[in-house]
Amino acid sequence: MINPHPGLPELEYVMPASLDEASKFLIEHTGEAKPFMGGTDCFVRLRDGAWNLKYLVNVKGLDGTNEIRFDPKNGLTIGAAVPMNKIVSHPDINKHYPLLTEAARTVASYQLRSRATIGGNICNASPAGDTIGACIVYGGKLNVHSIKGKRLEPLASFFKGPGKTVLEPGDIVTSISFPLPPPNHVGRYIKLGRNKISDLAIVGVTVLGYPDSNAKSGYTFKIALASVAPVPLVPLKAEQILADKPLNENIISEAAQAAMDSCTPIDDVRSSARYRKYMIRNLTRQALTDVWQKIKK
Amino acid sequence: MSFHRIILTVNGSTEQVDVPGNMTLLQMLREKLALTGTKNGCAAGECGACTVLMNGEPVNSCMVLAAECNGADIITIEGLARDGQLDVIQKTIIEQGGVQCGFCTPGMLISARALLNRNPHPKEEEIREALVGNLCRCTGYNRIVSAVKAAAEVQ
Repeated sequence: MINPHPGLPELEYVMPASLDEASKFLIEHTGEAKPFMGGTDCFVRLRDGAWNLKYLVNVKGLDGTNEIRFDPKNGLTIGAAVPMNKIVSHPDINKHYPLLTEAARTVASYQLRSRATIGGNICNASPAGDTIGACIVYGGKLNVHSIKGKRLEPLASFFKGPGKTVLEPGDIVTSISFPLPPPNHVGRYIKLGRNKISDLAIVGVTVLGYPDSNAKSGYTFKIALASVAPVPLVPLKAEQILADKPLNENIISEAAQAAMDSCTPIDDVRSSARYRKYMIRNLTRQALTDVWQKIKK
Repeated sequence: MSFHRIILTVNGSTEQVDVPGNMTLLQMLREKLALTGTKNGCAAGECGACTVLMNGEPVNSCMVLAAECNGADIITIEGLARDGQLDVIQKTIIEQGGVQCGFCTPGMLISARALLNRNPHPKEEEIREALVGNLCRCTGYNRIVSAVKAAAEVQ
């Protein structure tokens, strides 16, 4: 039930001067404090009573969390507090990582994209997170700050369940780094919503494909599926089929079927589990076909 | 509860306000600065009735903490008219009959102004996409879209 009162529950807004200070505060107040970025999910949960916090710890602007850096030799780093609209309008991201642009554009409305951050989208660990699929298929790794030092967390092993990640109290995701994208890659994100734009994904299919002489089929495809498992799902069997067998329509259908078989969706307010499974098969086939048409020699 | 002292610009005037940590920008505008043109609809970032410009970008003011607005430049519906002249989007929405109950209108106009600032000649599809975060429960969308088109032609 949505709480229509404009106010938030009583809480303190904390502005630490450094990441170390923020991490220490978060550890001292485990269970009653959270790092705070755009707030677009956080406020809804606070108002609905799903979260009961005493402190919101602002980490925007600390140590490069607001920056986007692209280096043609090393790749891309996006600060965790960069809002979606900055990603959509960034020329280097549009040119080299167009799938990130496509995914970020599908998040909610323009106003929410002014505030919603990529770090928040990932750390909320919703199976429906729009940008998570693109981040996975581009090989994203999270830079995490903690009192023990900095570390890298690959996205592939980051999610543990709906809203659950490997992060410990005091851990703050500061940015996400991507290697250079594969040459001549083509990406596609198909989001099925109850309306054409702005809805949460009933299901989402992210596909990235590129010519690859190391693969038996001559092509490598990376796939990530949204809203069909407790965590964002990579259907490894489907990827293997596409790498091993000479590509044609039948093999693409076989891979789409494998993607469907790997899903374990739930019934909820947005859709039945059964519908989700069939739509994953159909949309995976469509996304793979679109990408294959563009990359085949 | 501790208070944060913030200094910001609202519709061109400098304001100094003491705000508690859990106060939203929407509450501060309405309850501290008596700018009640900005409306509270859903308080969940869905309806867009509370849309204001923050440093030139449209935001849902129910989704921003007032304490985060230190140094910010805020434009609300009260600040759209300049020197006693309505903004062109305000004129065209009247001419096109784009106001029914009027509750969505302030947020709708702020989103439309933001669109016209970043894209002076939007296509219909781009107008509809830019206004997707502003719900009109009278469902008078066609006339609102016509008003934005007319404003783009005039300006």
